[in-house]
Amino acid sequence: MAEATKKFMYINRKAPYGTIYAWEALEVVLIGAAFEQDVSVAFMDDGVYQLAKGQDTTGIGMKNFSPTYAALGDFEITKIYVEKESLEERGLTLDDLQHLVWEDEDEDWAEKDSIRLVSRAELGDVLADQDVLFNF
Amino acid sequence: MKLTIQVNEGPYQHQSADSAYFFAKAALEKGHEIYRIFFYHDGVNNGTRLTTPPQDDRNIVARWSELGQAHDIDMVLCVAAAQRRGIVDDGEAERNGKDATNIAPGFRISGLGQLIEGGVQSDRLVVFGD
Repeated sequence: MAEATKKFMYINRKAPYGTIYAWEALEVVLIGAAFEQDVSVAFMDDGVYQLAKGQDTTGIGMKNFSPTYAALGDFEITKIYVEKESLEERGLTLDDLQHLVWEDEDEDWAEKDSIRLVSRAELGDVLADQDVLFNF
Repeated sequence: MKLTIQVNEGPYQHQSADSAYFFAKAALEKGHEIYRIFFYHDGVNNGTRLTTPPQDDRNIVARWSELGQAHDIDMVLCVAAAQRRGIVDDGEAERNGKDATNIAPGFRISGLGQLIEGGVQSDRLVVFGD
């Protein structure tokens, strides 16, 4: 693509089930990965539950799409911001979330953490630095 | 300014469908360019011509069709979202073996790449929804 790269951020603010926003947002992220922009993904408010590990949807008859988040690294999506206050307000810590990683080809495919735990203020700064915000 | 507008909510259920329309109309009146309007989630329901609101209410779908056709706006319904919700054009009806279509004039069905490309090509992406 000839255009200059833009900073794209996908913001996830809703619980994974109950509404379709989270799942359809993930579909946008996966499609968007093909466009070679500078992509990051943020999880805040109830959106932090999207990354919760051990999700089991058998009781609600819906597809458990949470394993897909682990594939984001393979789509070269390596910057995943999680808002610290949103976790704390829900009694969660990083240990409750999936361990998401990506492989750095510049460092012999070393496995690196994708999740960046940031404060609300820090996330605000990251948002302000973006060109395009997709809000789900 | 070149704008892409994303509409995430269905008509009548949620004011976003109205707000997006009024925003688009005002932007055009102010001389801005609308590169694309992309309908996602339940927003794809803005593009069914079978909608029949009471006569004393606004016709949200017809309003979009008129605006889109008057200004030659590219109005795109997300294909994945549309398939889930039963919004069908000729191509989709043939591909998926459906016995009817319901897409409204001025709309087309295409992929999510159109949303991303809208974000790349436009000065601003404006999202309407919860």
